[in-house]
Order: sequence, then C-alpha cells, then structure tokens
Amino acid sequence: MHPAFSVIFFTTASGAGYGLLVWLGIFGAIGFLPADRWFGVAAFGLAFGLVTAGLLSSTFHLGRPERAWRALTQWKTSWLSREGIMALLVYVPTALYAYGWVFLERNDGAFAALGLAGIVLSLITVYCTAMIYGSLKSIQRWSNKLVPPVYLVLSAATGSLLLSFLTHVFGHPATIIDTTALAAIALAAGLKLAYWNLIRRSRSESSASSATGLGKPGLVRLLDAPHTESNYLMREMGYRIARKHADRLRFIAIIALFALPIILLLSAGLAGASIVTTFLLALAVVFATTGVLVERWLFFAEAKHTVTLYYGEENA
Amino acid sequence: MTALPAKTERRLGLVIDLDICVGCHACAVNCKEWNTSGHSAPLTDHDPYGAEPIGVWFNRIHSFEVESDDPDIRGRTVHFPKSCLHCEDAPCVTVCPTGASYKRTEDGIVLVNGDWCIGCKLCSWACPYGAREYDADAGVMKKCTLCVDKIYNENLPVESRVPACVGTCPAGARHFGDLGDPGSGVSKLVEARGGYDLMPEQGCKPTNKYLPPRPRDDKDLRNENGTPAALKAIDDNIDNAFLRWADRLLSR
Repeated sequence: MHPAFSVIFFTTASGAGYGLLVWLGIFGAIGFLPADRWFGVAAFGLAFGLVTAGLLSSTFHLGRPERAWRALTQWKTSWLSREGIMALLVYVPTALYAYGWVFLERNDGAFAALGLAGIVLSLITVYCTAMIYGSLKSIQRWSNKLVPPVYLVLSAATGSLLLSFLTHVFGHPATIIDTTALAAIALAAGLKLAYWNLIRRSRSESSASSATGLGKPGLVRLLDAPHTESNYLMREMGYRIARKHADRLRFIAIIALFALPIILLLSAGLAGASIVTTFLLALAVVFATTGVLVERWLFFAEAKHTVTLYYGEENA
Repeated sequence: MTALPAKTERRLGLVIDLDICVGCHACAVNCKEWNTSGHSAPLTDHDPYGAEPIGVWFNRIHSFEVESDDPDIRGRTVHFPKSCLHCEDAPCVTVCPTGASYKRTEDGIVLVNGDWCIGCKLCSWACPYGAREYDADAGVMKKCTLCVDKIYNENLPVESRVPACVGTCPAGARHFGDLGDPGSGVSKLVEARGGYDLMPEQGCKPTNKYLPPRPRDDKDLRNENGTPAALKAIDDNIDNAFLRWADRLLSR
C-alpha cells in the first residue's frame, strides 16, 4: 500500500498524543502527578498539539477536505466514521481535565473522573484507528487480531515516554512513570515482533489463481497488463519501494523504537534525577519518534493488496 | 446510510465469457466513451498524449497465461476483462464514512454519490478487485455504474438499453441481466457453463460471474498416432504402386 505521509504522521502523532492523555489521566487520578500549572501547560499542550496536528494532517490526503464533516455520519458501519466521532468526543472531558489542571491546579475529585473518561475515549479512538486497517480483508497482513493491540500499545508506549521526559524536565520525576514507560515499550516490542512473525508465517488465501479462477496456484501468470503505463490502482495499491528494504527498515525500527529507548531508560534510571537523565530521556524520545515513523511506514509498505494479483503478483 | 440492503429486488450484473473474449479492449474503450459524459462524468485523463498518461477507466482487460498438465487445458492465453462486480456484500460500501457509497435496493447496482464523496480512498482499499477509480481532478472516487444512465434510458431503443461494454462487444463475450432471477438468460448461462465468482474467499459475494474457457477440443485435428488429421487424405491416396505395397507391408 502506498504510505501517504499525512496518514503516517496522523497515526503516529495522534497515537502518541492519546497515549500521553491516557497516562496524564491515570497518574493524575492516582495522585502521582501534582497539578502543576506549567507542567500541565506543557503536557496538555503537547498532547493536544500532537492529536490536533495529526487529525488536521489526516484531512490533507482527502480529495475534498471541505466535506470532511460528512465523515461523521456513518458510524453504524464505518470504522473511519467512528474514529472521526470519537476523535472529536475525546476533546470534551480531556479539555475540561486540562482546564482544571492548568487554571485551577486541580486533578482530583471530579477532575480525576474527567481524566478517567478521557482515558476511555482516547483508547477507543486509537482502537477505531487500528480497526480502519484491521477490518480490511483485502489486505491480509492487516486483517489480523494483532493490529489493534499493536496500535494501542505503541500509542501507550510513545505517550508514556513523552510523559517520563516531561516529568524530568519539570522536576516531578516518579519511578513508577519511568518504569511504566519501560514496561510499555517492552510490551510494544513483544507485540510488534509477534505481528512480524505472524505476517511472515501466514499466507493469504487469495492468489492469482483464485483472483482469475483460471488454473492451479502457481500456474496462472500475467501475460499483458491492461495498459503500457501505470494507473491509480497500481500506484495506490502496488507500492513496493519499502517492501524491497523491509528487512533493513524492520531492523531500524527495532533498534530505534525498542532497543535504544529501553537502554536509555535503564541508563536514566541508574543516573538518578539529574540533567543527564533528562538528556538521556530526550534522546529516547528522538529515537522512539524516528522508530515509530519507520514502523508505521513499514506497516503500510509491507501490506499487499489483492488487486496486485491482477498485476503480476502470485499471492496477496 | 452506507449499510447494505438486506435484499435487493433484482441483482443486475454481467456474465463474462472467457472462452469467447478476444482481448480487443473495445468494451473498455466504449465504457470510457459512454461514461465520460454519463453519471460519473468526466473520466479524467492526465497527460493523455504525453509520456506517462494516466486516467480513470471503469473497465480493464488483463491477459493471463495459464499452464496445465491437463490435456484439455495445456497452455493457453486468456483475456480477462474486469470491472466492478456489484457485490452483494460490498465492503467498499460499508467502509465509506460519508454515505457517498451505496448499493441500490431496486437493482443492486453499487454507486458513488460524487457530491458527498470526500475522496478518502478507503473504499478503493476495501475492494479486493480494484474496481474503484480515483479521479484526482474531481477529488472523488468513481466506479462502474453498470451504465445506470443507459440501461433505463427510455430515449434509447430497447435493444440499446444494455451497458456500453455489453452492447459493443464484437465477440458476444459479455452478457447483461438479472442474476437474482434463476429463470433469466444470464442465470441459465451461468448454470449451463459453470459460471464462477472471482476470489470467493474474500466473502464479497460478487454478482458478476465469469464463464470458464471451454476444454480444448482439437481431437478432430489429430488421429490416434498424433499425425495431423488434415494430412490423412494424402496418406490414403498414395499414387505410387510400390509405396502403396510398402505401406501395406509395413502396416501389418
């Protein structure tokens, strides 16, 4: 599948933003984060900035962005529509929660309840995003049970890393927050490796044979394409550049998204609370951001669509 | 709502005979000709006379080579036209976030409302067959309409009220009708010739059916020794008496 940059940026940025909102809700409600005004400004500013920039970017790949509001109408059948609605709803409790935190310096009582509502809606939104891809049967590598958990855990992992970094910058470090980031990244690594293992081992039922009904698998070959030049389907669905480099990109994603942040978080733990810790965590954020962008690019580029069976692929 | 109708009154669709199709692309050309001024007009082209032309087509003809040990098939070339299959469980309809994509209750035709489409392209990802065509110029998705503006057009003579691809096929490889009615001509054809679905494992229940190429029937052309039947007469009418005698002797 062609990896539109706007969609890669949207899923990773909004994922990290929702992850950050989730952890702000949890640690605020259970009292591990004081309702410090400037910390609140930075943390909610970053979270809403990431979510909003992501949502706006997702409208850039639309042919008619001015009609985007229509996408809120078909929630009964469409995961994309559900995601749009949830993405708007999530602003309500989280904005009130942020208001209490920043202006009233409170994150307890009713505000904690708003934070918890924000957690639920954020998680549902990320789940809807994942299901847009996970529900497409035409793309066997997306149509599996691991896609939603990978999206959810990567969102939680990138969000918790951002939170850990911010708590150190603003002088509210907490071992439990750093440990959460470490655990979330480790869990994400496990799930993503399981996903890669799954797509490597499983094979689609669809082949050039089933797509044409003309002969046994392996014995049906495209002789002539419909055109001498490419078409929309080939450009959108037949993208191959990253698949060619899949092994190298997967290695980069594993190192930048999982290995380096885990090593840096452990080193930061040993360094105690100091400027060195903050620097190490900043590095972890930079690597994880690069890593998650590569991971998402690969998610799209590795996905093979059944339409390629009509353009020379034997399995998809 | 982009929910699919539980049942459609009719199931209009195409039956494509892969035994007859000669791969002339006339159906694709006439489709483009009719539809560029039809329901989803225009079918935009970019760089049409340049080095890399690209444009909207609702119908395309692929050519496949099939190998087989089966003497009825052996190796053969099959021309394979493909357009929207107007599926019963059309995933392109249910993924649409706007309601622009819909399946008609009266005849099962899958259409796009170009005034509502936001051009998110998700329907083209959901369709396993590649039936959707994005028009970058209009910023909306387009697709085969089964010539909805032709098949019901009372300004046309009755015999012309068929999709453009069907009307134009010089080989008679394309048939149009109600596949929901077991008594219709197309249903009988599917029954008689073993018409099949493309990618049934995708669960879309396509309406359009494909008729397989017939088994090769070249037995008349060869005798039991594998020599061409057309040359048999030469063998049977040997002028030279010595050769006739030698042939008889050696044939014992």
